[in-house]
Amino acid sequence: MTGRLRTLALAPAATLLALTVGAPFLILAAYACLSRGVYGGVMPPWTLENWQRLADPLYAGILARSFLVAALSTLLCLLLAFPLALYIARSTRRKNLLLALVMLPFWTSLLVRTWAWMFLLRDTGLVNMLLMKAGLISAPLPLLYNWGAVVLGLVYAHLPFMVLPLYAALERQDPALAEAAADLGAREWQAFWRVTLPLAAPGIRAGVLLTFIPCLGTFLIPDLLGGGRTILVGTFIQNQFTTARDWPFGSAVSLALMAVVLVLLWAEVRRRKEPLL
Amino acid sequence: MRRAIACAAALLLLFLHAPLVVLAVFSFNAGRFTLWEGFSLRWYEEAARDARLIEAAGNSLLIAAAATAAATVAGTLCAWALWKRESRTLMLGLSLSLVTPEIVTGVALLALFQWLFRFAGLQLGLHTVVLAHTSFCLAFVVLVVLARLRTMDSSLEEAAMDLGATEWQAFRRVTLPNLVPAVLSAALLAFTISFDDYVITSLVAGVDTETLPMVLYAMARRGGSPVVNAVSTVVVVALGAGILAAESLREKR
Repeated sequence: MTGRLRTLALAPAATLLALTVGAPFLILAAYACLSRGVYGGVMPPWTLENWQRLADPLYAGILARSFLVAALSTLLCLLLAFPLALYIARSTRRKNLLLALVMLPFWTSLLVRTWAWMFLLRDTGLVNMLLMKAGLISAPLPLLYNWGAVVLGLVYAHLPFMVLPLYAALERQDPALAEAAADLGAREWQAFWRVTLPLAAPGIRAGVLLTFIPCLGTFLIPDLLGGGRTILVGTFIQNQFTTARDWPFGSAVSLALMAVVLVLLWAEVRRRKEPLL
Repeated sequence: MRRAIACAAALLLLFLHAPLVVLAVFSFNAGRFTLWEGFSLRWYEEAARDARLIEAAGNSLLIAAAATAAATVAGTLCAWALWKRESRTLMLGLSLSLVTPEIVTGVALLALFQWLFRFAGLQLGLHTVVLAHTSFCLAFVVLVVLARLRTMDSSLEEAAMDLGATEWQAFRRVTLPNLVPAVLSAALLAFTISFDDYVITSLVAGVDTETLPMVLYAMARRGGSPVVNAVSTVVVVALGAGILAAESLREKR
């Protein structure tokens, strides 16, 4: 009796996962080794050509660029999030309120947050209007539809993912440790650099992972803030499945992206004892 | 140094909130452009009269409600079963669904549905969107509920069974009542994620189904109109109110 109920309880989730996670990846793997159909779709013969195309400088360049943009956004997130996380962890009261303030934008829609930046940065946007009113510029600055806007959007959207793990790591840290370093003659920044920062390493690693992975696969932000001029791997995959209708190559690129994500995760999971879930 | 950190923290909180506040303020602007021309509700009226927007919002609510219900039930049961005994395969599947970039989930599901279409005549539409949303919400529900279960004492359930309750009775009468806050917050998370999703939805919705994010995306892509500000403000306020309500419910228990 005991075992049967548990199996029954697992059945809906297991069926759903097999159908919507397991099966699609098997199908993608098969598609990635087939040829492109005449009207889109896939057809025989089986081939490795899609995988070979990944080495083409044009496509490898898109992957490399996505990597760079994600790495830059992650680094900026880390630099910005650290003082905020440290402040919340060291503040005595209002911790929950401050955390709620960090999480609130995360709960609101990603589309709305991205639109908010379009509204601020476009030619008739608030930033340009204010600068023109102030007489600092005579024509609107091209703030939107470039890499800067994309990185800004990525940093803005993923900041909470960085703040939370950093806060968790810093909160666990005894402030007396930094004080002890100061008592032993360390300057404030020395205590920070040699005590606080190294002890926060697990939080930094978790934050970097949680920020880097979604940045790597991003679609919406470069599409809206980059205005189609900024092709990253997410946009590229979407194109292969919609406008270009080259499903086999799109499948190969998707699996390559997935492989990168899994390698990064595997490296992290191996280092720590707790499970991912 | 302390003061510098406090300043940086304040600036960062401003950075996080200012764009949304500006958006909300200008949704009440009488003018079309980013010059303040007086208070007006015209963009809200225009949004309320837009049949395409209303239909899309209805679709989004319907999809989010259905996907949340399905994912919450399946996810809670799954978390409970996993709490009693780990299942590596299932954990792997859940972790995989959690870390897959949205665009990859989207094209993988599109490939699946196209394959099902070929062999079983399944068309894209509301039902494929609900299935896709249920699937990507499931892992989040399990994550939240399992985290709560791990802080719970399993001997309570065992005591109930020693006193003659069946396993199902013990779950329903002892464990589940303690889980209600976690289940509520999991459901809320699922609802928010589902209601907000654009990338996966747009790939698996087919040609006849439109959701609110799809309409907003199309509007924003064309350069946007103040109607987007109005709808965005409604979405943010509604989700915010829902979260506050759920949090206060949790604290009362």
